[in-house]
Amino acid sequence: MYPEYMRSSLDKVTQTRNKRFELAKSGKPVFPPMSAEEREEVLNKFHPDYKPEARRKVRVGPNKGEVITTEVADILESHSRIKPELFDLSHPDYQTDILIIGGGGGGCAAAIIAMQKGARSIISTKLRLGDANSMMSQGGMQAAVTQQDSPTRHYLDAIGGGHFDNKPELVRALTEDGPEIVKWLEELGVVWDKDEEGTLQVLHGGGTSRKRMHSCRDYTGAIIMRTLMDEVKNHLDKIQILEFMPTVELIMDSQGKCAGGVLYNLETEEYFTVKAKATIITTGGYGRLHIRGFDTTNHYGATGDGLIMAYRMGARLLYMDSVQYHPTGSVFPEQIAGFLITEKIRGAGGQPLNKHGELFVFPREPRDVESSAFIRECLERKNGIETPSGRVGIWLDSPLIEMLQGEGYINKQFPAMHRQFIRYGIDITQEPMLVYPSLHYQNGGIEINDKCETNIPGLYVAGEASGGVHGRNRLMGNSVLDYNVFGRRAGMHAAAYVKKVMLGRLSLEHVNSYEEELKKARIKTSRIAPVLLPSYTPEDVRRRQLTAHYEGTLR
Amino acid sequence: MATRKAAKSEAKKQAKTKKATPKPKKTAAKSKEAAPKEMVTVYIMGKAYKVPSEATIMGAIEHAGYQIKRGAGCREGFCGACATVYRLPGDYKIYTGLACTTLVEDNMWLSQLPSIPSQKPEYDIDELKPDVTTFQKLYPEIFRCVACNTCTKACPQDLEVMDYIQAAIQGDIEKVMDLSFDCLSCGLCAIRCPAEIVQYNVGILARRLYGKYLSKRSEQLERRIKEVKDRKYNKEYKELMKMNKESLKKKYYERDLE
Repeated sequence: MYPEYMRSSLDKVTQTRNKRFELAKSGKPVFPPMSAEEREEVLNKFHPDYKPEARRKVRVGPNKGEVITTEVADILESHSRIKPELFDLSHPDYQTDILIIGGGGGGCAAAIIAMQKGARSIISTKLRLGDANSMMSQGGMQAAVTQQDSPTRHYLDAIGGGHFDNKPELVRALTEDGPEIVKWLEELGVVWDKDEEGTLQVLHGGGTSRKRMHSCRDYTGAIIMRTLMDEVKNHLDKIQILEFMPTVELIMDSQGKCAGGVLYNLETEEYFTVKAKATIITTGGYGRLHIRGFDTTNHYGATGDGLIMAYRMGARLLYMDSVQYHPTGSVFPEQIAGFLITEKIRGAGGQPLNKHGELFVFPREPRDVESSAFIRECLERKNGIETPSGRVGIWLDSPLIEMLQGEGYINKQFPAMHRQFIRYGIDITQEPMLVYPSLHYQNGGIEINDKCETNIPGLYVAGEASGGVHGRNRLMGNSVLDYNVFGRRAGMHAAAYVKKVMLGRLSLEHVNSYEEELKKARIKTSRIAPVLLPSYTPEDVRRRQLTAHYEGTLR
Repeated sequence: MATRKAAKSEAKKQAKTKKATPKPKKTAAKSKEAAPKEMVTVYIMGKAYKVPSEATIMGAIEHAGYQIKRGAGCREGFCGACATVYRLPGDYKIYTGLACTTLVEDNMWLSQLPSIPSQKPEYDIDELKPDVTTFQKLYPEIFRCVACNTCTKACPQDLEVMDYIQAAIQGDIEKVMDLSFDCLSCGLCAIRCPAEIVQYNVGILARRLYGKYLSKRSEQLERRIKEVKDRKYNKEYKELMKMNKESLKKKYYERDLE
């Protein structure tokens, strides 16, 4: 239930709804989309990335001297969790063809394809298999399937959304593989939204010029992820799953190839070594670093672990100066602050409104532009709605969807969203939601080519951990597609690579060299990375955690 | 049919009664007077802690000072990592919920379930038949279902779990798919089931069978895949990939919107 003081603003939303409904039905844009100049202006003035303290120079490693997101620079300039000299690498605890780091969608897709190509793998995952952002995507997956659409049009939308910084070969791979991915997933048993004739339902997303969003109600990620997991678990003879065993450092061989990793059992605090002919990083993003103090839509383990491991080994990062804030994170009630409200809401006709119940931006600008417009509306124009806890947000008018698409549409297409709010006495078929941008996606990452190779032989990356696919801003529905396209490609190319590669002597020397570099750059820090898990322990509890000599490593 | 209907309406009734307990009444109404934080006592695995009355169970556990390792995943109600059981004062019932979306109550006794033991048979999805024989072979225990409806009562998503197990027994795969679609595999149904069924795995199998075998194929999709295979877009891609930023920009801002 909304507090009484919001009532007059809610009434205004109701009063303007009929007029906005007529406008939406007319087929014309409900608000003029921004020109290139307008986009640039709102981004420069209001996007959190453009604040001076948001970025700084990183002082060590392959991207030394480059200006990147401050919190990322912090984890890159941190110490390893391990002392290399304590590890006997001549007797690895596990040996396999491919070590896959991260048990989300990309990792599972890679494991399945690698298995089909005859390679064995170990999936090292920090939490349970499938505890990943892949599980949480709601709205859908882009793929150019309809007559009026084409993969090249998808290419143009993606590269424009990414400010033309995307690596062309990666965008081609993403968009050209799209239709095949829809089919591959369906043959694994994903239940796409369709009509009775078998025609795939498609909707718009922010920045799409054609409707190409494929969905599974608003549990798209959950359905896909559980299908991939189930398939992985049908092949346990060829794919070994190590849960609560994140990889915390990569292993190199004497010729500079990636040759496996050091794993950490979160529960027993033991370390294990894995010798692998190839390694695929599918660790996802970094939302739980809470960049610029933002709430996040991300899952508990999204701490950018892959970035630092690969960076210590010498892998180049791309576009680490750019962070994605999802326009519609929830701000009320307080318990669900930061939670994702799917872009599919706007794809189905939901409109963002200010406190006067007025439209102030085209509802489907690319995410960075849309988010910046929301921030401008709240902070500069003071047209936001304040919550009791002091947050500010704008309305996202969902009841309009029922008028546009027919009664019952929300319950059928948005069961997760409906559930999320009805718990708190808000029925989104009757009342709008209150939203504000929430930290959502790591636009950049470890640079790859269209075979998912990095500049380190034997090291492959797929999904959110990689950089270049989305340039400096990802469009909705392209991440689900990304982890499928590149997860599969990584699995395929790694499987081919392991057939011919010979490993030399294993070493962790690069970890020592990196420590040397930190010392030379006179960086003094107690920070260690991978971060593994965020801490939400309150200050007063922390002050009492006074163990003098803590033997473990988590705290 | 009549019995199934009766069972369903009974299930609905019970789900309603469950809802009529103080649980959902603790809604956002309280957050109005958020100024000085109102605290309540919760017993986390039997030990008392003071936590904010507005907290979710997960928030309460972290407020108490725990670093969660097992028992947290997406934190938004999609992954099912945070299955929790609890009791309320003066009430004999065992309640179930997700720690990330259930609010605390004064004097609540709670425990998270770090993992739910379950078995999943390995199968080759390409070899399965989309009918009841597959359930008979892979999950014969579902035929032990006593229709007690405990699974439905335990479901934090308020799904009609028993109904989809009954549908599986009858080989109605579409119905199992539909009713189990929003399942999070949290395992609370399985841990409460007197017939020792792992309901959520049955749901996953049914959905995969439906998606693979029963859902009508899209001809449009097949055509597009063939076009891509025939390199229809090759030339256009090459042109786009060669374009400099300025001409790409021009093309992008000139494109028409559907």
